[in-house]
Amino acid sequence: MKIKSIHKKRFCDLSDSTVLTMITAAVFVILYVFAMIVFQKGFLKPQTFFNLLNANAALMILSCGMTVVMVAGGIDISVGGVSALVTMCCAVFIDHHGGSFAGAALLALGIGLAFGLVQGFLVAYLEIQPFIITLAGMFFARGMTTIVCEAPFNVQNEDFVRIRETRINVPFLGSVNKNGIFINAYIEIGVIVALLTAAALFFLLKWTRTGRAFYAVGGNRQSALMLGINVKQTVFLSHLICGLLAGIGGFVYFMRVGSGSAANAAGAEMNAIASAIIGGTNLMGGAGNIIGTLLGTLTLALMQNIVSSAGLDQAWWTGITIAVMLCIFLIVQSVLIAVRKKGK
Amino acid sequence: MMAQDRSKRNFLRFFSGKQFLIPLAALLALVIFNLIADPEFFRVTLGRNSAGDPVLAGNLISILDNGSELAILAIGMTLVTAASGGQDISAGAVIAICGSALLRVLCGSDLTSGQIQSPIIVAFLVCCLAGMLCGAFNGALVAFFRIQPMVATLILFTAGRSIAAWINNNELPMVADSTFASFGGYIKGVPMPTPFFIALICFAAVWALLRFTSLGLYVQSVGISEKTSRLNGLDPRIVKVGVFVIMGLCCAVAALIKVSRLKTINYSIIAKDIEMDAILAVALGGNPLSGGKFRMSSSILGAYVIQFLTTTLYKFDVQSDALSAYKAAAVIILVVLSSPVVREKLMKLLRSFSEPETAGKQV
Repeated sequence: MKIKSIHKKRFCDLSDSTVLTMITAAVFVILYVFAMIVFQKGFLKPQTFFNLLNANAALMILSCGMTVVMVAGGIDISVGGVSALVTMCCAVFIDHHGGSFAGAALLALGIGLAFGLVQGFLVAYLEIQPFIITLAGMFFARGMTTIVCEAPFNVQNEDFVRIRETRINVPFLGSVNKNGIFINAYIEIGVIVALLTAAALFFLLKWTRTGRAFYAVGGNRQSALMLGINVKQTVFLSHLICGLLAGIGGFVYFMRVGSGSAANAAGAEMNAIASAIIGGTNLMGGAGNIIGTLLGTLTLALMQNIVSSAGLDQAWWTGITIAVMLCIFLIVQSVLIAVRKKGK
Repeated sequence: MMAQDRSKRNFLRFFSGKQFLIPLAALLALVIFNLIADPEFFRVTLGRNSAGDPVLAGNLISILDNGSELAILAIGMTLVTAASGGQDISAGAVIAICGSALLRVLCGSDLTSGQIQSPIIVAFLVCCLAGMLCGAFNGALVAFFRIQPMVATLILFTAGRSIAAWINNNELPMVADSTFASFGGYIKGVPMPTPFFIALICFAAVWALLRFTSLGLYVQSVGISEKTSRLNGLDPRIVKVGVFVIMGLCCAVAALIKVSRLKTINYSIIAKDIEMDAILAVALGGNPLSGGKFRMSSSILGAYVIQFLTTTLYKFDVQSDALSAYKAAAVIILVVLSSPVVREKLMKLLRSFSEPETAGKQV
């Protein structure tokens, strides 16, 4: 009895977000082990894991941005649209105007920053609901993508293709192919960018004054104001960071697919929100962490992998799976928080 | 003195209150713009359709025709917005689900022959049921699990079109029945398109609902303060689920019109971006997007104004994919103008203009 009560107290001492992150980590490991046992061949290769990273580098960046906004109590659903706009603008810049790789990267950052600035200003200083503004932002970005260039196309520029196809070998990990030759596992540049971004954000959220202000504002605006935090500026910053990351994410996506198209990054906002929620970010704000979000992205991607490995690779299964997972995690989160509130 | 004071106050209220004026002003602006650009825009002619019946044709008729789905959705969206303080962004996806279910029942096992296998009314009832189920799902997430409406409906927003494809096994059933086609086209001998009449029936129904039941009062009180309405013996959860179910029903009716128009379905394109238009209609109608008070007639007028805008844009050869950029810009301008902060600043500006005058007259 006594032990039980101590145990209960410890469970309560952990923050909601930590508990949810732990659940996600457990789900990820269990799913991966399950996949290893059931679909042995593919999932035993280290490359499969790194492919998860390769394919989802852009999504990871977008999810990190989403986490920051959600922690500060807002939401940004324009990230997918902004990414699509970035891919199209960069593609047009490189292919039609002979732009350089660095120039394209700067352009991507600029577009992301512009969206972040405008949306952040409207949300923070004019006090408009973030959902409405960013929904409009999403449609605006998608529409603009078509206006910039109607038809989707692949970028042929040699420099770009070379950088795009650069692969970085992972030391000591790899698998032996049919001919008995050891092949190193590899990752793409996008993954490095994603990990660096995530590390920077982790640092920002955990150890800087600005980062802690996000949590304070998301948790309770009124008390944050009384603590002397500049609430409006904090909300503005959160949207600015998310916009900037949408730009970076869009560029990483562009490096991955190498084409400009209005259909690029379709549904990315949904996946980013799902990743953040699965990783333990509270929808109401005030809780969440970057590691959880990364795990959330990987869990989501793994789930999709498993679905397609199981032979359910018709297009509709992906959408349904993500929705079901999001639904389950949302409900778990809602119930868990309600129960713990009662417990305290 | 008194009269002057009152007139001043009326003048100020003219800009801050009076919901109906916003869509009306937008409509006026569009009408004037079109009159200047091309007066031919308003011509209504009596032509003949493919079946040889006399029908009215022209841009105005097509606005009334194509705006029906949007106006019907605006009804549901207004209620959802007022009660929950959020919007339902799954409308387009739910229309896809309903349309798919409708065709599934209508065509039965034989997808390609075009003959209908079951009565239209049965198919429509199943379609309504599908819509209400989707609405109930959204409503339950919002009401019982306290998830923000937009995030809760995001689930169906992604999954909806996939589910729609799954219902019909990703095949595209065709219907070639003239009775079914009349829902989205013309009834023999009537020169006005049928969707317009369906929309009128929906307006009448919702008017009766608001006039003869206390639904409107309940919705407003839940939207204004959930806690207070609970203390007054009103369960906000039931009201919330209720409005989402009504929203689902609206989607089902819109799906009937859409599918009947196309005579088939395209899962990824049907009713694309319509949720955006519906939210815009509610915003244009001057209803606060954060919930509370609402005015149905204003939203409906807003919906037709948006269709007017769409038709105008089409006339100027704007690509359908690019439309959303213009509309989004319109939403942003509208929302910015109606935000409390901007409104307060504007009021202050107006007051500073009118005050020196009155002060001078007093002396």
